[in-house]
Amino acid sequence: MSWLQEFFTGAPGTTTAVVWGTWVGALLTLCIYSFLYKDNPFYKFAESLFVGIGAAYWLAILYHNTLKPKLFVALFPGDSGEPVLWYRVFPGILAIFMLLRFFPKLSWLSRWALAFIVGMYAAVNLTGFAQADFVEQIYATMTTPLTGGGVLSFILNLSAVVGVVAVLLYFFFSKEHKGAMGVAAKIGILYLMVAFGASFGYTVMGRVSLLIGRMTFLLRDWLHVID
Amino acid sequence: MVALSFGWASAQDESVTDEAGLPHPVAFPPAPPRDLAAADFVDNNDAGDKIELTWVLSPDDGAEEANVAGYYLWRSESPGARGDTLAFVGAGTTDFVDDTAVPGVPYYYSVTATDGTSLSDDATFGPVSGRRNWFTVSRLAVLVLAGIFFALVLTFTRLAERGAKLFVRRIPGLNAIEEAVGRATEMGRPVLYVPGIGEIDNIMTIASLTILSHVARITARYETPLIVPTARAVVMSAAEEVVKEAYAAEGKPDAYNPDNIRYLSDAQFAFAGAVNGIMLRERPAANLYLGAFWAESLLLAETGFEAGAIQVAGTAMVSQLPFFVTACDYTLLGEELYAASAYLSREPKLLGGLKGSDWMKIVTIALMAIGIIMSIAGADAFVEWFHTN
Repeated sequence: MSWLQEFFTGAPGTTTAVVWGTWVGALLTLCIYSFLYKDNPFYKFAESLFVGIGAAYWLAILYHNTLKPKLFVALFPGDSGEPVLWYRVFPGILAIFMLLRFFPKLSWLSRWALAFIVGMYAAVNLTGFAQADFVEQIYATMTTPLTGGGVLSFILNLSAVVGVVAVLLYFFFSKEHKGAMGVAAKIGILYLMVAFGASFGYTVMGRVSLLIGRMTFLLRDWLHVID
Repeated sequence: MVALSFGWASAQDESVTDEAGLPHPVAFPPAPPRDLAAADFVDNNDAGDKIELTWVLSPDDGAEEANVAGYYLWRSESPGARGDTLAFVGAGTTDFVDDTAVPGVPYYYSVTATDGTSLSDDATFGPVSGRRNWFTVSRLAVLVLAGIFFALVLTFTRLAERGAKLFVRRIPGLNAIEEAVGRATEMGRPVLYVPGIGEIDNIMTIASLTILSHVARITARYETPLIVPTARAVVMSAAEEVVKEAYAAEGKPDAYNPDNIRYLSDAQFAFAGAVNGIMLRERPAANLYLGAFWAESLLLAETGFEAGAIQVAGTAMVSQLPFFVTACDYTLLGEELYAASAYLSREPKLLGGLKGSDWMKIVTIALMAIGIIMSIAGADAFVEWFHTN
């Protein structure tokens, strides 16, 4: 099979749907990349398509993964033999409250639903965050100076502890950053910037990997110029 | 759990043969263990998945009658059946903790002695089930520190409600926000405010909406268009309310344009693409990114930079801060986002939270200092109290 044939019909054994999918994906990828030159009708088309499909897709996902199984089927199981989960009426009522925003006289009820969501989220996550992000970090800092061996390790570990304290003081809002507090805050921001630099480099590597993935799709799956 | 396949003869076998099919000398099985007992394992930390088994050794298990190689333990959900093999433990062992139980499910246990060739009769016990503990003692530190934090927050909230002047230092990023809005007004171009792509239950989104109220009041005052694209329907509803109230509070309810509070898409990159389009077509002079952001952060900030807008960002997403720091003119780092919302609103609850967390940092530094000294001195009990896993 010639390259040209493969370009239009795909590799041997490829279904028509896959060939069409590859072509649509490749052309839309090029439309999005055209933004690198400047805003243009191709980018606008791809953007509108993406936004529209995204909204429709999420609507379908929310209906099939949440509303249908967790509310409608739970309340009206029909002949499935499953028990009626009557308490699901309450989240259903809260959901209706949210929709009452469209009726100015009743829109205040939507705040109840919002308050419930925010309060529940805060309470459910409190213990997890307090344990993993707070108490365990205190423990790790306490034990850091003694991990590893040798003078160099000790100095580096001590530097980590100094960094933790300095960053905490940087985020202390009850005192101006002047005098000793100012020095501590400057050390804190220095540590933060070093951490941000490392994180930036790490993530850029990840983004380059995404670019390679897209290029592989264009050059291998669409153009068939690489294996 | 895999059912055990025995490669050796059982005492119950009528005819025992070896691998070649030749008669094998019939083994004399060891005497069975006895008094098997099983109970919910109480270590104050388990989630009901542990059941402790104890038994009395087989009389053949000992220095003089040492023909017991070990004990096989079985677990079944039906009485009278051995079920699946749970474990094999060595001779001389009289207890075992089954840590694979499902809380509340009744189990029947069996224990059998083996000499490596044959099995004794079973000692059985059941039903027994695991029970979740009400309190995890190993996480006491979380409770105590959370209690201290709540006490501090409530104290400062009460003080703020009583009118006490609680000092909060000015956050430089707030000046940058006002400068950005001022610049947009001078240029006669809109302000773009992106509250992130977090849901309304995300604390960063809530802090962002508080700052949005402040920004909306400034734009209302100067009659500068304010565009707020959102990725969540509920956030859009909340943003509408916040902006509308801010315009009303400034005495400019007619200047409020509901079409500028827009729902774009729940899909992360569709949202990013659409916001990029707004930046290039409606040419806002100031872009404010405040809230919860993920991988779209650099896409937004880089496009805004290319479009020549003055940009201020703020998020507590550590992984995204480097991008905002790189591509924006000013960035509110982490907790500064929350501090900004408290500083601007002077709302007693937010101020109480900010002051409470400030003093909790001092408590934390003190605890770490004590812990490090204790750790170096070898007094591990204090340090281990903070080990909650």
